Amino acid sequence: MRSHFDEQLHKLNEEMIRMGSMIEHAIEQAGILMASRDAEHARTVIAADVEVDRKEREIETLCLRLILMQQPVARDLRLVSSALKMITDMERIGDQAADIAEIISMPVKGQRYVYPELLQQMGPAAGTMVNRAVDAFVKRDVDLAHEVIESDDVVDALFNDVKKELLQTMKKHSEFGMQLLDALMIAKYLERIGDHACNIAEWVEYAVTGTYKGDKL
Amino acid sequence: MTNFAQNSRAVHTPGQDDAGTCFNIQDVNLYYGSFHALKDIHMDIPARQVTALIGPSGCGKSTLLKSLNRMNDLIPGCRITGKVELFGEDIYAPQTEVNLLRKRVGMVFQKPNPFPMSIYDNIAYGPRTHGVRSKVKLDAIVEHSLRKAALWDEVKDNLKKSAMAISGGQQQRLCIARCFAVQPDVILMDEPTSALDPISTSKIEDLVLEMKNEYTIVIVTHNMQQAARISDLTSFFLLGEMIEMGNTDSLFSNPTDKRTENYITGRFG
Amino acid sequence: MSETGATTPAVDITVPTRPSMHLGSRFLKALCWAAGFVTIGVLLLIIAYILVNGLPEFFSRDEQGTLHFKASLFALKYNSRNLSMLPAILNTLTMTALSLLISVPLGVGGGIYLAEYAKPGSKLVKIIRVTAETLAGIPSIIYALFGMLVFVVTLQMGISMLSGALTLGTMTLPLILRQTEESLLSVPMSYREGSYGLGAGKLRTTVRIVLPVAMPGILAAVLLSIGRISGETAALIFTSGTGTGIAGINDSGRTLAVHLFKLQEEGRAVGASFAVAVVLLIIVVLMNALSSYIAKRLTKKG
Repeated sequence: MRSHFDEQLHKLNEEMIRMGSMIEHAIEQAGILMASRDAEHARTVIAADVEVDRKEREIETLCLRLILMQQPVARDLRLVSSALKMITDMERIGDQAADIAEIISMPVKGQRYVYPELLQQMGPAAGTMVNRAVDAFVKRDVDLAHEVIESDDVVDALFNDVKKELLQTMKKHSEFGMQLLDALMIAKYLERIGDHACNIAEWVEYAVTGTYKGDKL
Repeated sequence: MTNFAQNSRAVHTPGQDDAGTCFNIQDVNLYYGSFHALKDIHMDIPARQVTALIGPSGCGKSTLLKSLNRMNDLIPGCRITGKVELFGEDIYAPQTEVNLLRKRVGMVFQKPNPFPMSIYDNIAYGPRTHGVRSKVKLDAIVEHSLRKAALWDEVKDNLKKSAMAISGGQQQRLCIARCFAVQPDVILMDEPTSALDPISTSKIEDLVLEMKNEYTIVIVTHNMQQAARISDLTSFFLLGEMIEMGNTDSLFSNPTDKRTENYITGRFG
Repeated sequence: MSETGATTPAVDITVPTRPSMHLGSRFLKALCWAAGFVTIGVLLLIIAYILVNGLPEFFSRDEQGTLHFKASLFALKYNSRNLSMLPAILNTLTMTALSLLISVPLGVGGGIYLAEYAKPGSKLVKIIRVTAETLAGIPSIIYALFGMLVFVVTLQMGISMLSGALTLGTMTLPLILRQTEESLLSVPMSYREGSYGLGAGKLRTTVRIVLPVAMPGILAAVLLSIGRISGETAALIFTSGTGTGIAGINDSGRTLAVHLFKLQEEGRAVGASFAVAVVLLIIVVLMNALSSYIAKRLTKKG
């Protein structure tokens, strides 16, 4: 019954997983870049973001077509509408990973500032959130989604610590001025990525239970 | 089984907040001969709201609708137990006058069924039945009813024309106007648009939304989108049982019962 | 997920495309046309035969050879010279009216009872239905016997228009009863539901909604009855007799059909009987026209 519809929903699911792995890959690369500072590699990461944008458009089209042709209700409606919302966040995550890569690809004048350990930790921390948010979607796992939402505090705390450390450094080493600001930007991007992962997790919860941020929609 | 109580606080109709309960249905069982068509139905139908009954064919939704104005009396071998109260009065009590009940609880059928007479006489039939003889009064009732059914402008120059000669959509609105003419409290609609084209359908749907300011509407429909568009409450029936009743938005976005979910998402069975 | 199960079957299932007017359907079409033409042809033949033989009987030639209308055929009084058919014409009308006065109220009333009031499928309904169908198939000579024994002899009405009308009323009753019932049953349930739904009772629904819709069918039965009454001879010879005058209710009087029969039987005026046939034909056509006019008026008014 409704086998064509089910096929399309299955395809939507697969596309979401594909887009998820694309952004997971992008963040992973951003983490590597923070250590390696390889400008050439950074440019390939920036270029890859085009693919994420294209995937967003594809999924968007698929969702709108499903709504138009199948008029989904109940869990189908929740799946399609949360997918529509989630891809916006996923696309933003891709953008921010590319933004990080762009900062790293910039040529540095003078001595290179080595990113502090805490900032290096933020990469994997945000990456894990995205990983698990996508995982929660794939497995329709509400508990995992909740964990993602809670773990946002960890990333936020890291961001505050990084901010303090950068401020300290700025007072002692004014010659790193521009690079320190760039580092702050990177930290902010990673913090935003954590927020987007949170949003994704919230939509996962809605898709599964019909509850969004504690309210029945 | 029902999450009606839990959901009903979210039902909000501006200005008509607490019109009370129209039908109180308690422990209703209905049999056609030995066939058990309705099983232990309990439900409250609120006044001045649109309540949709959905479910697969043969699930008992039309049967329940017919039992609300005792049209099931016409079916030989039909037996009902339990209680159906209309604003607190038991409609199956021995002293109930069926004709007066049906004046209060009007009905619109699946296929438009205007009488083979003029448009005017169709509308005037009900009031005449209940003793209205004055031509002036009848004229006023006919105009008022047709206006309310958004049909007046289309037929006002042809009131003597046979009702069989107008389009299906117009015929159905005529049947609704015919209901208005006897000034009921409730209008029951049995798949009123299933024989109509989309434009006529949306005209009827608009009408239903306006009607609920004055009347309690109970509508049986096979069109899930229609139930979602026009009803405040939706009730799902399966094999003679009421499975779930709730606020239409929440029933369609997040049904509680797996069977409801399977039915409305089209994965029934 | 459902299996489509569209495997290729072992048997060849391709459906051939053949022209819609292949030989078989052409033959059938021709057959239908032929049947239609034969029916119309027979009717026209009968009418033409009667007119050709009958019309000249209305006229006579005088010595100069000019044509004169034989007004004596319509003289108030019948005698063996003028062979006037006027009394028979009037008797036919009286007989028709009287018989219908008996069978229509009873038949329509009974039909309404069977269709609207009696419990559907009850024993009584079944018995009445079978009885009516049997009665409709009984030859009219049996009715004659019945009428003669019951009305003429037992009830002492004598050979009279009344006895004849009662006999013919009995004869046409089953026809009208069954036809009324059928017409009422064929009125869509949705009309009744609409009426009940507005709070109308059974009587009002039946009289105002159902009966008007069933009226054409009922009138068709009345028409058929008129045909049977005006064409009946056997049942009348023994009940209303062959009186030649303009008959009152208690007098013996012959209808046109009986008149025609007597003329033929006596063998004296075969020509005149054709004239009677022409008039009978005209009367039947007129009565049919009148009833369909009434039917139209009734259904329009609703």
